[in-house]
This record gives sequence, structure tokens and C-alpha cells, in this order.
Amino acid sequence: MTESSAPIRPRLNALQAAWVIARRDFVAVLFSRAFLFFLLGPLFPVFVGGMAGSIGGQVQREAVSIDVGLAMSGEHNAALIAARARLAPQLGGAVPMLRAVPEAAADPAFDARAFMEARRGNYAAILTGTPTAPVLTGTEGQIARWQGPVSLLAGSAAAAETVSFPEIAAEVVATSAASERSSRIQTAQIAQMLLFLLTMLLAGMVLSNLVEEKANKIIEILAAAIPMDAVFMGKLFAMLGVSFVGIAVWGAAAWGLWMAGGETITTVTGCDLARLPAPAVGWPLFIALGVIYFAMAYLLLGALFLTIGAMASTVREVQTLSMPVTMLQLMVFFLAAYTINHPGSGMEMAAIAFPLSSPFAMLARAAMEPQLWTHALALVWQGLAVLGIVKAGSLLFRKRVMKSGGAGRAKASRFGRRAPPVPAHLPAHLPAPAE
Amino acid sequence: MAVSDHTSSSNHAAGFAAIPAAARPLAIEARGLVKSFDGIRAVDGVDIAIPEGAIYGILGPNGAGKTTTLRMLLGIIDPDEGVRRVFGHDRPHDIGRLIGYLPEERGLYPSMKAIEAIAFMGALRGLSLKEGRLRGVALLERHGLGDAADRPIRQLSKGMAQTVQLLGTLVHRPRLVVLDEPFSGLDAINQGKLEAMIRALAEDGVTVIFSTHVIHHAERLCEGVAIIAGGKVPYAGSVEAARDRIPAQVRLETRAREGAWLSALPRDTRRSGDFFQFALPATGVEPLLRQLIEGEAGILSLSIERAGLHDAFVAIAGEAAARQIEADAAQGARA
Repeated sequence: MTESSAPIRPRLNALQAAWVIARRDFVAVLFSRAFLFFLLGPLFPVFVGGMAGSIGGQVQREAVSIDVGLAMSGEHNAALIAARARLAPQLGGAVPMLRAVPEAAADPAFDARAFMEARRGNYAAILTGTPTAPVLTGTEGQIARWQGPVSLLAGSAAAAETVSFPEIAAEVVATSAASERSSRIQTAQIAQMLLFLLTMLLAGMVLSNLVEEKANKIIEILAAAIPMDAVFMGKLFAMLGVSFVGIAVWGAAAWGLWMAGGETITTVTGCDLARLPAPAVGWPLFIALGVIYFAMAYLLLGALFLTIGAMASTVREVQTLSMPVTMLQLMVFFLAAYTINHPGSGMEMAAIAFPLSSPFAMLARAAMEPQLWTHALALVWQGLAVLGIVKAGSLLFRKRVMKSGGAGRAKASRFGRRAPPVPAHLPAHLPAPAE
Repeated sequence: MAVSDHTSSSNHAAGFAAIPAAARPLAIEARGLVKSFDGIRAVDGVDIAIPEGAIYGILGPNGAGKTTTLRMLLGIIDPDEGVRRVFGHDRPHDIGRLIGYLPEERGLYPSMKAIEAIAFMGALRGLSLKEGRLRGVALLERHGLGDAADRPIRQLSKGMAQTVQLLGTLVHRPRLVVLDEPFSGLDAINQGKLEAMIRALAEDGVTVIFSTHVIHHAERLCEGVAIIAGGKVPYAGSVEAARDRIPAQVRLETRAREGAWLSALPRDTRRSGDFFQFALPATGVEPLLRQLIEGEAGILSLSIERAGLHDAFVAIAGEAAARQIEADAAQGARA
């Protein structure tokens, strides 16, 4: 082998190569119109969800009655309604709404059973008889639901004297063992859900980016210049950077909303973030771990999506292949969510060991347990898994995608497969080559 | 067209043109390259040796294995068998800064400005973005595209975009330039410009390898060619040696159509209209001329032409491959 006489300049190392890709992708995605739509993306599900909830609630309210019809005498009806008014402040929604049935007042021979079977009125059940001997007519489910409260109301209505309810003096303690555990479970669940939603929302960007590059046919230029591992890593970190920008924007918007109308949000949603229980490792560390585990979850899922992109030759193939991964991601999320209530179990260990569920399980652990060394171990493991998946993806890319030139397999089949083999030797009638 | 911007390598290469190919160090050496896809051998034992400073053509019809061979040489894919070395290195990515590659399927980011595209391609090969932009501006202006520097690729014509990509391939001043079907999709004027560009690169000592299914490009430009068909390389060597494999061709036009003189023509004579065509007999043309004159053939014209690369290709790769490459070339011209 003849060695080149010219001096050989050094090559880009993997980090430099990945940086070139990451810088280009980050800037290109960040300043694209698509990113603006992407930022607005979460508004659509919120808007649609709100609309659907509102309409659904309205339909529910209109379709399902929780009114119990009163078909007693006028005096007894009034006594029961008064009893409800007395008990409602103590029991809230536990007591049903009571409404006199007009048809019963007009008909002394009113038959509640026949009335219900004729599907008339809009009552959950109908109360007949007297407060001392009430009869509740309704479906089995409705009777089971309202039997107790109705008995309470009837008892109160039948009482000779009005019952008074003493004021309860309250002594509040900050927490208890049971309360702390229960509270932390809530924090862990919210954190896991947030992590899952962000990961699913953002990881798809990596896939669409790779598909776009295949469509632009620029991937071969990248593959020729730098190792595919570096291309994949660059893309992953660029998209991670973009996702952090997205999270920062959404976070700032959410913070602004909270500042502007935090009390209203708390009232409407019934969720007071200010009273969210503190995680075991404390809020600052928990938030830091949340960011790190988001990065890991994103890199793991992104690497998997890149591998799918590497295996696929067409956009249709990408869509077909990504569906099972999305399902798998849902399953690992459920697995991680299940382990919150089973710390130290084999299931939790499995969730921590399996790379895709590991960030979710470990974030929940940060909410529940104060130890930190387990996080260092898990992060190393997750990092290795990212590298492994990226390596596998780049190998698959080189093996499966770069199969042929512009005309692809069609060209190969046209000539390479069907044409008769070209003789390796010259035809006999030709003279020997001139030297 | 003055395109060369290889100031860093010109000293190194200045003397290459004068040095015989055999005496030069090898830019690329490949032995026994084999690559199969889904059990089908796309490339089946390719041997190539390309000296530094050469313009070298990989000649063959579509699907012959040209692109797969180039991809293996560049390290984009690894061969199943065989070895390849670029400037003595087994892993071409290790010397990525010395190589420029223009793939057959042209690809650029549509929203990127032309100057940024060139700088990005330079950055992939180790050039800083700042330096890439500076060189990119100079290259664009030199090629009459100075006004297009700040325009997004999607606003450029196909020819302009191809030129931008080619300039991106050269911006880091590589010592080896590999062009996969560089002439496809170009009109005659741009093909001429590209030929000039390739010659200018070689004058600067850059090794240029290009694949093509247009034999004339290879014949006009190349010092050496590898003829590839069906994944095999039945010939790799100088263009001159390939042409010398075929005897010179005699082309004869006569007034008479019949006569005893016809028996003087060699047995492999082909008739094409008013012309007879045959290989120059080993005894030379004089005895034949004598017989034609004595037989009163009425010679209107007689020419002796050295065989072209096309004839060599037909002889080496076979009629099927020749028909295929002609069809590919015609299709390319229509496109």
C-alpha cells in the first residue's frame, strides 16, 4: 500500500461533529414557522378539552337527573324539603335534590311505579308514603345510591324537634405519617404525568426532523462527512434544546397566567399548586431532577424514534413503525405509575432497570424517597442506554438506508438482477491490451 | 472557467500532471470490495487504484454498482468483504476534511440561504462557519451567483442550487473530490462549466473521481476509468489502454454497390447506409486499398479512426450494458 506523501489534517471529533449538526438543527427549528405553531400546540388540546368538558357537563346535567321526586302529601313534601335545607350545609352533595311531582299532587291515585315505568318525568327516583314510612321507587342502582340519604332526610323530617348541629372546633396539624406519604404520592403522580406529556409532545420532533432530512436528500451529505452516531447525537441534543425553549415558553406563560389569575384557576380546577406537598428530596432538587429526567426520557425516546427513522425508507414506514413505540411508551408509563404505590417491589426495580420507564420511576422515587445515590446510578444507566440506542440506530441506518443510488432498488433490479452477467474476460476475437 | 481555490494544496500537487500515474501515491485503493443488499450482490469484487491528482471516471449504466462503490470508498457504508483505503487510511471519516462528496441525489435545506448552505457543508468538514461564509461569498461571486448568496435555496433554480451544492463540496478545499453523476440534470452550458471546473481542480492537484453513464464525459476528462457493470469491474485502467483494446476502425464509402472487391473486405465488416465499417486489418490498409482499386469499387471516402471509449465499453462490458448506458444517457439528456 502506498502511503500518501501529503500531511493529513485531523478530522472533526464526535463532539465537534455533533455540535455542527445540533447548531444547524437548533437554529433552523427555532426560527421556523412550524415552531411557532408547535408552541401554540398545547393550546388546542386545552381549548378542545375545555369545550368538550363544558359541553359534556351540560349534556350530563341535562341528561342525568339527581332529583328525587316527592309524591307525598303537601305537608310531608314541605317537611322533607325543609329537612334537606337543614342537612345540605352539613352533607353537601350527599343529599339529593328534592322536587315535588306535579302529577302526584293532581292525582290522588298516583302510582309511582307505573309513572317511572312509563318513563315520564326526569327523576332519579320517586318518594311516596310518609316520612315515618317512606317508599322509594326507582331502578336498583338509584335506590342503592339514594336509600341512605333519603332515610336521613325522612328521619329528620319526621323528628318532633328540630335537630341542631354544634360548631366543630378545629385543630390543624402540619402533617402526619399517613398524610405525608399520601401527599408525596400526589406529587409523584403529577410529576410523572407532566414528564410523560412533555416527552410525548416533544420527542416526535426528532422523528419529523429526520424524515424531513430524508425527504430533502441531505442525509447522505451528512453521512459522508461525519459518523452517523454524531449526526444522531447532534439531532437529539438540538431537539432537546428546542424542547427546553418550548418548556421555558410554556412555563413562562403558565407562570404569567398563575400570577394574573391564580385564585380563579384554583377555584375552577380545585387544584392549589401552592399547597402541593413537598417531595422527599425537597423542591429545588426535585425540580433539578425533573429537568434531568425529562432530558433522559426525551433522549431515550428520541433515540428510539431516530432508530425507527433509520430503519424506515418512507414516511409511511415511519408512521407504521412509530405506533408500536408510542404504545410501548404508554405501557412503560403505566408501569412506572403503578410502582408509585409499591416502593422497593420487584416491579419498581424492573421499572427503574428498563431504560424507557427508568426516568419516570426515578422521578417518582425522588418524590417519595430522600436518597440521592440511586439517582446518580440511574442517570449513568440511562445515559448508557441512550448511547446504545443511538449506536444501534446509526448501524441500522448504514445497513438499511444507504442501499443504492437515485433510482434505488428499481435500478438495481433493472440491470443488476435481470441483465445477463457481464463476462469478466474480453471476447476472444479481441487482441490483447496494449501495454 | 477559473474555479480553483485550492491554494493550500496546489504546491503539493503542482507536479502531479507531469508524473506518470504509476509513480504517484494512491489517493484511493480498493481490493475485492463486495456488498450485498437483501442477499443480492450489488458490488461483486471491485478492485480500483486511483493515483493522486487524477481525474478518474466510474463508468457504467444505472444500477451497475457505481453509487454503492463510491459509498464504500467514502465510508458511508462498509463493505461486506474487501479493503478500501483513502490516502492510506482504512476509515475515510478519519480524514473527512480532505474529502468532498457530491451525492447523486442532490440535497440542501430549502429554507437555508445559499451562503449558509455552503458554510454548513464546510463546517461538516471542519471549517469554521465564519471562514466558510468568507470562502462561500468568494466562490459564489466567482461563479456568477454573488446575488444569490442571501437567497434561500428554495428560491434558486435547479441549476443554481446544484452549483451551490457543488461549491459546498469544494469550500473546505479537499484533496479528493468525489462526484456521483455530477452531470445529470445539467444543461449543455453547465455541463461545459462543470467539465472546466473538474479540469481546474485536477490542475491544482486535486484527485477527482466521478461516476457517469455518459461515456463522452469520461472520454474527454478522465485519465483513468473503471468500467463497472453488474457489480463487477471488467476493466480499470487508463482511458488510452481501454481504447487500445480495440483496433482502429476503417470507414469506407464506395460508388459501386456490388463487385468482386466486396470479397476483399474483412468478415467482421458492418454495413451502415452507404458506409462499410470494419476493424483495421493486421496487414494494414495498403493491400486492401489495392484490391479495392483493382476491383473498381469507386472509393468516395476512406477514413481510419482510432477506437473511442464507447467502442471499448461495448467490447469490455458487453452489448447489453452498452445498450443500457446509451438508454440511461438519453434519459438523462431528456431530463
